[in-house]
Amino acid sequence: MSQFTATPRNHRQHRRQSVVKAIFLLMTVLLIVPVLLILTFLIVKGAPVLSFEFLFAMPENGMTAGGILPALVGTVWLVTVALLASVPVGVAAAIYLSEYAPDNWLTRAINLAIINLAGVPSIVHALFGVGAFVLFFKFGTSILAASLTLAIMTLPVVIVSTLEALRSVPQAFREACWNMGATRWQTIRKVVLPNSVSGILTGVILEVSRTAGETAPIMFTGAAFFLPFLPQGVLDQTMALSLHLFVISTQVPGVPEGFPYGVALVLISLVLLMNAISIGFRTWLRGRKKW
Amino acid sequence: MAKDAPAIRTERLNLYYGEFQALFDVDLAVKPGIITALIGPSGCGKTTLLRCVNRINERLGYVRTTGRIEVMGEDIYAPGVELAQVRKHIGMVFQRPNPLPLPIRDNILFGHRIHREGPRVRRAEEDRIVESALREVLLWDTVKDRLDRKATSLSLEEQQKLCIARLLPLKPKVLLMDEPCSALDPKATQTVEEMLWELRGAYTILIVTHNMAQARRASDECVFMLMGKLIEHGPTDDMFVTPRDSRTADYIEGRYG
Repeated sequence: MSQFTATPRNHRQHRRQSVVKAIFLLMTVLLIVPVLLILTFLIVKGAPVLSFEFLFAMPENGMTAGGILPALVGTVWLVTVALLASVPVGVAAAIYLSEYAPDNWLTRAINLAIINLAGVPSIVHALFGVGAFVLFFKFGTSILAASLTLAIMTLPVVIVSTLEALRSVPQAFREACWNMGATRWQTIRKVVLPNSVSGILTGVILEVSRTAGETAPIMFTGAAFFLPFLPQGVLDQTMALSLHLFVISTQVPGVPEGFPYGVALVLISLVLLMNAISIGFRTWLRGRKKW
Repeated sequence: MAKDAPAIRTERLNLYYGEFQALFDVDLAVKPGIITALIGPSGCGKTTLLRCVNRINERLGYVRTTGRIEVMGEDIYAPGVELAQVRKHIGMVFQRPNPLPLPIRDNILFGHRIHREGPRVRRAEEDRIVESALREVLLWDTVKDRLDRKATSLSLEEQQKLCIARLLPLKPKVLLMDEPCSALDPKATQTVEEMLWELRGAYTILIVTHNMAQARRASDECVFMLMGKLIEHGPTDDMFVTPRDSRTADYIEGRYG
């Protein structure tokens, strides 16, 4: 027998190898099954009610007929204002933490606070929003109060994803700049940001999708059960897709069966569309940078 | 300043990383316009000493320095000294080439642009700066047709030359090099050494090397360090043929290191 032939021990190892691999594969499949089921279910049940009118008409007959335009427009308002508030603050904070902050107890405390903020349940954010924005700052229940609540809630994620993007820029680039006498800001502006912008944008766009689906934080701060008109400014209340889905599923009698599924499908499509754009954008930006 | 006044002079230079003392009373005078090699076993403080000369050590908060360092007759640790100016006039090259992820042309112009005062210079002037810097490091003929390519697409040897070239538009007085050839193969090392001889005269070059043969080939003077102390400093030929200190002799002959 050649010294290179398999021994019984080798055979046992090969069998164990196959079993382990099969288990991991099974777990991966289990992971995608629910996603596929949810999507199929939604499409089968929700697609029939989708129409131009469903998307672009006002609700009628106590939300049992007509469309979802105010909720769709409201979600776009909420997400846009929330982003305008959270992105500048979050990106600036991340730049400070990554590029300027010395490694001391204060920085570590801030980092810990950010991680903990990300773990706060959304209903707690909602109550904070009521106390801070609705009552204390007297914004009332409005898009502004709801969006700021969403912004506070999404800040940690914006900061963390921006930090990751900034830290993925090799330290050698910074060293190169500093050693030619560039200031921190020159280094950030000319080298660090251009090379991390794809990562930052990806984080931001993923954030959009999360914000769009949140219900609890906007329920008490600015989203309304039903409004017969579109919001005219940030101090108006608004309807929102997520809350509308909750309302017509549980609170209103006589809603056609397909309606909630239609709303859910629109919400999920919006989110998937955002994700697709973010992935496409990242791929495009990655293609342009090389090191 | 007298013509032969030292380009770099340290006086009783001590450096501590926290509790650990890395340099002990280093007195060094580096002559202008020549290549001086810093040699010694790992951990002897040669890189630390090099990094004092453009004050890059200070970025580590726990570093404490005492003593004096003069470059071209001026105390670079004096109050009122601007770090950006120190680093502009004292260029540094690292072990691993670190070109910026920009076109070759923009790499060369980077330092020039961040230090430019007044209006943006004309494109023709920028072209002249790029060509002259690349010619000085013997890279012009290789890359002149692809100045808009990413610098990171060059070979390691070309990248290292580019990293030296991008310092030159700032008209530095001193070039500090921390084992600039350790990432390169012997052939590339040879061409970089040839380039060093071209730069000699126009710039004062202080180079850290682990490679005895390189120190011997590519330097005018040698400084031998051991355990944070300066042991011997003299013309390279003398030091390699008749070292004055027995520890230098032991190191050069490979008895430790």
